[in-house]
Amino acid sequence: MPRPFVLPDLGEGLTEAEIIAVLVREGDVIQEDAPLLEVETDKAQVEIPSPMSGRVETVHVRPGQTVKVGAALITFADSTDGGARRSLAAAPATGAAPATATPGDRSAPPRGRGPVPATPATRRLARELGVDLLTVRGRGPGGRITDDDVRAATSAAGASAPGASAPASPPDAKPLARVGVEPPPLPRFEQWGPVERAPLSHLRRTIALRMTLSASLIPHVTHFDRADITELDAIIRRNVERLRARGVSLTLTSFLLKASALALRAHPQFNASLDAAAGALILKRYYHLGVAVATDRGLIVPVMRDVDQRPLLELARELATLAERVREGKAALDDLRGGTFTITNLGALGGTGAIPIINYPEVAILGVARAREDAVVREGQVVPRLMLPLTLTFDHRIADGADGARFAADIVRFLEHPDQMLLEL
Amino acid sequence: MVMGDLAREVDVAVVGGGPGGYSAAFRCAELGLETVVVDAGERLGGACLYAGCIPSKALLHVAALMHEVERARELGLHYGEPRLGLDALRTWKAERVVGKLARGLAAVAKSKGVEVTGGRAVLEDSRTLRVEGVRMETIRFKHAIIATGSRPAALPGVTIVSEHVMDSTGALELADVPERLLVIGGGYIGLELGTVYATLGSRVTLVEMTDGLLPGVDRDLVGPLARRLENLFAAVHLNTKVTALHESGAGVLVELEGRDAEAFDRVLVAVGRQPQSAGLGLETTRVRVDGRGSLVVDDRCRTDDPHIYAAGDVTGEPMLAHRAMRQGKVAAEVIAGRPAAFDNVVVPAVVFTDPELAWCGLTERLAEEAGRPVKVARFSWTASGRAATLGRTDGLTKLVVDPESGVVLGAGVVGPGAGELIAEAALAVETSALAEDVASTIHAHPTLSESWMETAETLTLRRR
Repeated sequence: MPRPFVLPDLGEGLTEAEIIAVLVREGDVIQEDAPLLEVETDKAQVEIPSPMSGRVETVHVRPGQTVKVGAALITFADSTDGGARRSLAAAPATGAAPATATPGDRSAPPRGRGPVPATPATRRLARELGVDLLTVRGRGPGGRITDDDVRAATSAAGASAPGASAPASPPDAKPLARVGVEPPPLPRFEQWGPVERAPLSHLRRTIALRMTLSASLIPHVTHFDRADITELDAIIRRNVERLRARGVSLTLTSFLLKASALALRAHPQFNASLDAAAGALILKRYYHLGVAVATDRGLIVPVMRDVDQRPLLELARELATLAERVREGKAALDDLRGGTFTITNLGALGGTGAIPIINYPEVAILGVARAREDAVVREGQVVPRLMLPLTLTFDHRIADGADGARFAADIVRFLEHPDQMLLEL
Repeated sequence: MVMGDLAREVDVAVVGGGPGGYSAAFRCAELGLETVVVDAGERLGGACLYAGCIPSKALLHVAALMHEVERARELGLHYGEPRLGLDALRTWKAERVVGKLARGLAAVAKSKGVEVTGGRAVLEDSRTLRVEGVRMETIRFKHAIIATGSRPAALPGVTIVSEHVMDSTGALELADVPERLLVIGGGYIGLELGTVYATLGSRVTLVEMTDGLLPGVDRDLVGPLARRLENLFAAVHLNTKVTALHESGAGVLVELEGRDAEAFDRVLVAVGRQPQSAGLGLETTRVRVDGRGSLVVDDRCRTDDPHIYAAGDVTGEPMLAHRAMRQGKVAAEVIAGRPAAFDNVVVPAVVFTDPELAWCGLTERLAEEAGRPVKVARFSWTASGRAATLGRTDGLTKLVVDPESGVVLGAGVVGPGAGELIAEAALAVETSALAEDVASTIHAHPTLSESWMETAETLTLRRR
């Protein structure tokens, strides 16, 4: 009996994924757990293993296509279920199980879920506003989603993935979900010279949406500071070779992580999220720090857990492997979520400073530029010191300039006095 | 390029003039797109108008009339024996029904500025269509909508060319009323056409391969229809396969698995329909065709080729004209950049037999197969005042609802007028109405539509 395999629930409000590669062909006989597809969500690129053994009867998707959770990916003929249903490797927490609905049969909702309870007019509104109805809680009778629920979902934004599409253009170029003001129409650039159109990748679209959201929603303010890391740099230099032999790559970023986490403990409002609807600040009692990683495909922010509590060398080791996984597109969804504060270190690329945009819904982000030897006056003497430019950008709704200055000063203090960091451990 | 070729450019080329095609073309024109329809017969209407929905319903209307007159005796009303003038009936069907509607469609096309051109359409690439008709023509399009529909499927494993073996298109031409007719296939086409011929006087034998009529439909809904057809037809053989057909004198000798061979004057093959996707030049495009010949489309009616859309039967099951019309409109709106999607929850299905049978949304059987808990309520028409006045208390109305929220997920009805009655249920399911909404809506009395209210009430009472 043919068995369809649908895109499992991805958790975290993720409702769709882009197919990057199809790793099987129709007619292939494959074993359970063999890789079927590579997909990219808003969060990560993951490989989906086969939940069953059998012959691939039909492949319903193609690379470049964006599919919704519940959409049929592959239909197996003569399948044998591997006993316990497998969850998507990348989303172990969600317990996603392949559903057994007939693909394309709208009368048979998958997994005991009915069709989304909304009238056709409301569903059209949702498409117009780029809201995925699967992520909207209906407040109408019987859980029906009303027009108001859909509009509320757009203003709550954040969670809503870009869903609207302008099908007049090729299927791989879709309009971005809009936040705030309507952009005026673009001029016809062709009148001034030849142009090319390049559709945005799924990741690029996600970044664009989240940055627009953050920049339009959060009143950003940036505090500038510099840390004298001459001593810290010496510590790193003294130990880097020895640790490399042990397979640990000791970098400044590991110290930035530790210093930030320790400073956050003293300034909890920067380790928080604003619940604007409820008028409350959600203070997080865990310190999971994101580190911006540049990849070929765009910016991705993997998250390091419990940075305040874990040994520095462990952080350094994890940071290296995590960054590599991200660059190879193999990060799991859990690697990319749950962050409370973000660090972006552009030092390797030079520059004298940058003002990053806050990683919504966090409160603050630390920007780091290249450390340089500067002529610094110490006790009346001009001395060469290794100075690290820092920018702390934060949400002015939550904290004021003085709060930011004090928080930044604490980070600087830990970086300048590694012994103090040691004492806080 | 062939001499005399005319190459021209349009926004949208619609291939096929059936319900999917003309709905798409009309909507395209309304949205300001220059649209041309290429139809093999250079006319709008398709199988639906010329060889399907419309002519079959015209004949079923005659059958229903005859049945009513026959029943009138019970009520003390006597007419003479009916005399059937086949020529007059064919003329009425062709002129007053099909012809009138065809002229109507042509007039609408004209008023909307949709051009209909005749010929076989062959795609040369993702932007070009060659029309092989009286004139040869090349059309460059920005978008094409493939709506070439379906044709009756042949009986697998049995080959015969005989004037006595017909498909549904042939049966609707009503060449004669054979004395002995074999209908192969217990789906809706076989039952509808079997009803027509049986009422007009044929001895109809029906064979169905599976263990019941209308496979897939809830058995409690099929019951009243099956009982009526057992009386109307000379014989109904379930679990029976046709193994061979032989031309024999003025008829056909039919071999049935596990039974003696039987002779019939005519045989109607009604074993389903298959998409017409061959010969369209799809291999020159990125359009993907599945193993059953259906064009693969997404919920925006897009194929894998960014310039090519598809609507209707050519995209596979359910092959129903009203689905095609909705898909056609969606394709047109998507091409025009509107946020349309074929996200319809229900595609109602109607079998226009007597009694009629209709259902929409989740059926009890599908719920069972999906292991999804539902609440089901049934209302027998023995308790319906209107059914009693019609002398037809053999109907049944049923609702399938979500046990927690009370949202109506599906509905079914069997009885006279079921095809009209299902509309209310379709609206309820499509708009996620609650059983309570249906129960609390005043339904005119005495009507058959009250049965929805009665059915819903049994659910809401149980809920409190």
